[in-house]
Formats: sequence, C-alpha cells, structure tokens
Amino acid sequence: MAAIRQFRSSSAVRAGALALLVLFFIWSAAGCRARAPAGTGRSLTVAGSTSVQPFAEILAEDFYKKTGTNVNVQGGGSSAGAQAARSHVADIGTLSRELKPDEAAVLTEFVIAHDAIAIVVNPQNPVAALTTEQIRGIFSGTISDWSQVGGPQGPITVISREEGSGTRGAFDELLMGKAELTPRALVQDSNGSVKETVAQDPRAIGYISLGIVDARVKPVTVDGVTPSVETVLNKEYSLVRPFLFVTAGPPQGHVKEFIDYVLGPEGQKILRDEGLVPAGPTK
Amino acid sequence: MAMTWQEKAIERLLFLIALSAVTVLILITVFIFRGGWPILAKVGVGKFVSGLKWAPSRGVFGILPMIAGSLWVTIGALIVGVPLGVACAVFLAEIAPPRVGAFVKPAIELLAGIPSVVYGFMGLVILVPFVRTVFGGPGFSVLAAAIVLGIMILPTVVSISYDAIRSVPRVYREGMYSLGATRWQTISMVILPAARSGILASVILGMGRAIGETMAVIMVAGNATLIPRSPLDPVRTLTSNIALEMGYAAGDHRTALFATGIVLFVIIAILNLIARRVLTGGVRR
Amino acid sequence: MNARAKAADRRASALFWGAALLVIAILAGIILYILVNGVPALSWAFLTQAPAKMGREGGVLPMIVGTLVLTVMAILIATPLGVGTAIYLTEYTREGPVTQIIRFGAESLAGIPSIIFGLFGFIFFVIELDLGWSILSGALTLAAMILPTIIRTAEESLRSVPVSFREISYALGASRWQTVTRAVLPTAMPGIVTGIVLALGRSIGETAAVIFTAGSSLRLPTSLFDPVRTLPVHFYILAREGISLQKAYATAAILVIAILLINFVAYYLLARFSARRGAVRR
Repeated sequence: MAAIRQFRSSSAVRAGALALLVLFFIWSAAGCRARAPAGTGRSLTVAGSTSVQPFAEILAEDFYKKTGTNVNVQGGGSSAGAQAARSHVADIGTLSRELKPDEAAVLTEFVIAHDAIAIVVNPQNPVAALTTEQIRGIFSGTISDWSQVGGPQGPITVISREEGSGTRGAFDELLMGKAELTPRALVQDSNGSVKETVAQDPRAIGYISLGIVDARVKPVTVDGVTPSVETVLNKEYSLVRPFLFVTAGPPQGHVKEFIDYVLGPEGQKILRDEGLVPAGPTK
Repeated sequence: MAMTWQEKAIERLLFLIALSAVTVLILITVFIFRGGWPILAKVGVGKFVSGLKWAPSRGVFGILPMIAGSLWVTIGALIVGVPLGVACAVFLAEIAPPRVGAFVKPAIELLAGIPSVVYGFMGLVILVPFVRTVFGGPGFSVLAAAIVLGIMILPTVVSISYDAIRSVPRVYREGMYSLGATRWQTISMVILPAARSGILASVILGMGRAIGETMAVIMVAGNATLIPRSPLDPVRTLTSNIALEMGYAAGDHRTALFATGIVLFVIIAILNLIARRVLTGGVRR
Repeated sequence: MNARAKAADRRASALFWGAALLVIAILAGIILYILVNGVPALSWAFLTQAPAKMGREGGVLPMIVGTLVLTVMAILIATPLGVGTAIYLTEYTREGPVTQIIRFGAESLAGIPSIIFGLFGFIFFVIELDLGWSILSGALTLAAMILPTIIRTAEESLRSVPVSFREISYALGASRWQTVTRAVLPTAMPGIVTGIVLALGRSIGETAAVIFTAGSSLRLPTSLFDPVRTLPVHFYILAREGISLQKAYATAAILVIAILLINFVAYYLLARFSARRGAVRR
C-alpha cells in the first residue's frame, strides 16, 4: 500500500520537524534570558500617545538613517505610555498631556514639542468662529443644533476621543473643565479617525491635534483666535498641551542618543516642519 | 500487546500535549478573571453590570449601555443574517443544481475568510454615508453595525443550517413527494421543522460570533456610551469598549476593561453551552 | 397538485434563488471593490519597500514579512500541539471523561472571541512573561486561537482513515506509535494539511488580538522580540486615519488575493483528499 511505502520519509520528516521545534524553543528561551537592559539593545521601543506617534515615527525614520539604530514606535495612548515606561515594557513612553503627580514621581520627563488642539468642523459648514462657552455647550450636549451657534439647521454630530486618550484628557482639562461629555458623542480612537469622520459628515465637530489639520477639515477660531504655530508661541491660543518623552530614570545609551537627537536642532526642525511648536533646543 | 517504555513515554507525552487546549482555556479564564475581579469587588457586580454611566476618568464604571449595545447589535445581526443564511442553506441543500451548488457553497465559505477590518471599512465607506443620507442621524448606528455583522455571520449560519437540513432523513422528503407535495410544501412543512434544532444551534452560534466581533463594529457603530433608542442611534458594544480604551487604560480603568471582558466571556460561555445542548439534544431526537 | 400550491412553490423558489444571488453579489461586490481600488496601486516597489511617512509613501514590505512570520510561527506552534491532541484522542484512548474534558477545552477555546485572546495575550505574554509587544507574543496568542481548528480537522482526518490500515499494521507486529506514524498519519496528512491551510487563512486576517500582542511598529523586525505590524493592522490604521486611502486599498488587495489563493489551495487539497479517500475505501 502506498501509505506503508511512505513510512520512512514521513516519520523522518516529523522527527526532523519536532527537533527543529525543540531547538527553536531553546533558542527563544535563551534569547529571553539574554534580553538586554534598556538602551543597550539594537532597537528602542517608544510607546504611548497616538497623537505623538506619527511625529515619533518620522523622527525614528530620520534617526535610523543617521545612526542605524532601530526605533520601534507604538501607539496605545498617553496613560499606557507612562505605564510602559514605568514597567520597562518600553524604553521611552510618550504622552500628549502633563504627567499626573504619581507618574511624575517616578518618571523623568522631556518636553519635545507643544501642540495645539484645534476644534474642527466640516469644510462645508459655514460656522467659522465659536466661543469657549459655545464649544463647551456643544460637547456637553446643552447645545445640540447648529442653528444655535449661527449655522444652518441640523443636529450637531459630536466626535470625541476615547477615555484615557491624552488628547481627550487635555481637551477635558483645558476646555471642558467640570462639564461632562455628552453620552451621545461618537467616539473614535485616534486623531486621524476623528479627522476622517469630521471630513465625511457635514454636521460633525471634533477636536484634533493642530499638527494634522489639513484641507479636509476646517479649524474654527476659539474666542476669536485662530489656532496656529504663531498664536501658540505668543500664548494667544490657549488650548495647548505638551508632547512628552518619559523614561524611568535618567536615560542611557541609545535612549539618551535618541532623546538628545529629538531635542537637538535636527529633531526640532522636523517637528516644526510637521506643524508642531518646537520646545526649544535645551530642556 | 505489551508496551515498551518508549511506547509508554510517547503515550504520556501525547497525553500532556492533549491537555494543551484545556490548559490554555484555564490560563485564559484565570488571567481574565484575575485581571478584572478587583473592580468587581470594589464596585460590586450588580452596580457594574447595571450602571448607566461609563466615565472611567471620574471613577464611574457602569456597563449597562454597552450590554444594551451588544444586545441591540446582535439582535440586528440575527435579523439580517438568519433569514438570509437559512434561505441560502435551503437553497444549497434543496434547490440548487449540483454545479451551482458547487460554486455557491465555497463562495459563502470565502465570506468567512475576509478579514473583519475589510468588512468594517466597507461598512464605513458605503453603509455609514448611506444610512446618514437616507435615514438620518450620524450614520454610525445600530443599523450599520447590524448589517455588517449580519453579513459576517452568514457563513456560520449557512454551514450549520445546511448540515442540519441535509441530515433530515430522505424518507421525509420521499414521503412528501409521493403524496404530491410541491418542493416548497415539503420544505416548509417537513424539512425546516425537522431541522429546527440544528437551525436554532446555528442561530445561537451566529449570535456568539456577532457578540464577539470587535474591529468591524468599532468602525461603524459610533461608540457612543448611551443606550440606543432607535436603530439610527450610535452604539458601543462590550467588545468595542475593551478595544477602544484598552491601550490607554491603567489602574482601575484597565481593571474595569478586564471586568468587561469577564462579562463578555461569561455571556459567550453561556451561549456556547446552550448551543451545544441544543445541538446534541436535537441529534438524540 | 393545485395551481395555488404551484404558484407558491414558484415564488418560494424565486426567493431562495434571490437569497443566494444576493449573498454572491455581496461577496463579489466586496472583493471587486477592494481589487479595483487596490490593484492599480500595487507594484513591485510597493511589495518590496518599507513604508515612509507613516505609510503615506513607500511600500509594505515589513508588514508582509510580519504577517508571514507571525502566521508561520503560529502554525509551527499550534500544529504539533493540535495534531498531537488529535492523535491522542483517536489512537490512544477510548471515549470517556478524559476525552470529554479535552474536547470541552478545545470547543470552548473555539468559541472565545478574538478580543479576549487579545486581552489574554497582552496580560500573559506581553506583561506577565515579559515578552513585550513582540512577534513571540503575537505568535503564541495566534497559536492559541487556531489550536481548536487544527485539533478538529486533524481528528476528522485521522478518524477517516479506515480501521483496516491500523489492523494490518498491528498484524504485522508494529507498535502503536509505529502504526500511527507510518500507517495512519501519512494517509490522514492531506486532510491535516487542509486544516492547517484553513487555520492559516483565518489567522492572516486577525487584527484585534495582534494589535494588543504584536504591536504596530512600522519597522522591519530584526528579532523575535521585536514588535511587528501585520497587513490587516496596517490596513486598519491607514484606512481609519485617512493616511493614504490608495495604499490602504492596495494593502487590502494583497490580503484579499492571499485569502483567495489560500482558499483555492484548501479546496484543491480537500478535493484530492476526498478523491483519495474514496479510492482507498474501495
């Protein structure tokens, strides 16, 4: 029978496969124990705010070209970034909000840039100016129709970020204050998806990082001030939050190299080109 | 035949390997419960499950809107997917000529292979604007999620219903035809009732699949934390709740998300048990 | 047969045909939409370059590598475990409480949604075992997800091997393990491979569990401990954030083509398997 004829080859193949598997597991286990402490390995892990992520990515690309060190950039959110840095899951944590007291106690922070939060509406929406009170009213649900703020009749579709997002945390702190977000608000999980949603829905309003505003959405003036790098620098625009790199303890090795690079003239130029407000060369 | 020690060793090894599935299951159960129990103990299971407000940054953890959301979306998916799925199963089992059937059956199974993010994206670019312009509301809605999920559970419903219909004894059909019944009379009066428990099982398994779906729902449901009052309202499901905030969460918030996972886990375990009971009960009958 | 019943029969038939056509139309619609929008953006450069500017430019080479490595590793881990379990269930024991527990474990695992696997993989592999967001974490999690499928299909294939094969082998004086590896397994192999191919197809599209365990880094991985982004994760991020709709479609096109190929391979194998089985039974 054909089956018996094949016996030798299949048995050998299985034995070989099993042996490979065993070797493979031994190798991984060895690699496990040999995992290098932060900063001395061949790659860095940078994890945290999804607002910071795209900019960290561009910095990582450039850093790799200049030094050959791999930098892996992850999302996960500001809180997760702080957590990841603390527990050494990541070499550098990124945040788009201020550190909380318990985080600040154990983490070293570096401000790499300032970012404005822009309130955006669909380009088809004639409304171009809102006051802080109006924005608060819209996002808390007390104002629910565009006609109440000078626009055409129609219900307002509120778009927010999810709980735990640094952008949302900053928005809550800087603008909402005690007011709560309306439960009717749609929730999207990144700046980009908020922007996309606002771009698709003529009745939508949302808040995103100034650095990613483009022609698909229209930023409104807040209390008469247009969000821009200039108005952030001269402190006219008030919805501003810091982009932070945090480490557990003083950075060393490649980690220090990367942070120095980001805070140095080359890194800051990249951030400025991308629409962020640079933090300045030294901190 | 006496077993050498090598044979015995192999048997032992295989036994250990065979326990791998159970081991993984136990690990998952332990770690999920361990991850979420603290918040249930702190807030109380009742309050957690029936709380109307979800505001973790303020320490408020109530997941009733998400339970309602999962329920609405799943029921919607069943309304969309079950009639269509059972109809396809009947088609494949009773009506399709063999060559058509040989083409349609693999095609439906292909539906199962399309990644959920692709379904979600199609829902995002086609269904959401459609619902918004035709029905009103933000477009992100129970309706959009129900349609997407309904399509996603089709392969499950079709394949299990198909098996159930095929396993109806031929005698039933022959009896009906010899009495002069039409095909539709045979199907409606004899075959479908006889396959009832298998079809029910397919519904329950489809339900389990719909409740567990994450990526597609996040993209089309809107994720608002309120109990939906109409199919056009945005909605957040238990799975979306976990996926949306998991990456960001720390401390109590993360524990609460694991607790959401526990609730989900328990609901699906119950559904699976019911499905198994229905399936095996049916066979014995 | 009265006219009314005939009319009802015709109407019902039309309805059933309609249902089938609707489903086929939906399937075709999805596949065509992705391919029509995505294939024009596909190019050799796209397949072999790394992404630049978060995916706005460049290609998807790291994602292709990531997807391949992740799924292949998951299969390498799950197959010995799954086939071993199936062998144990069919060749080494009788039905009883032990086998029921094992089966219960496998079936329950099959019903657990991917987000729970993601949660588990995150808390267990990434955090507890300190593997971090890595290929290892992702592969181990995926392996757990596809294990039930492999167990189920392997068991089916093993059971379909005629008893006579085993009887002849024993009659020739072979031990149980020799029988399994030399007589039963080779015959069941096509069915087992089909199961593996199906599991492969399922794990390629997996997103939720992968994001939480393998991360979403854009870099080409240099070790098993590096995070990696797979094609569906990349598609999700590109599409949702509007980074580049064109590249998103192209990524999806690669996925859809891969799924189509995998399904065709699985059907070809299944057809050969049944044909062989049919021939052997005679």
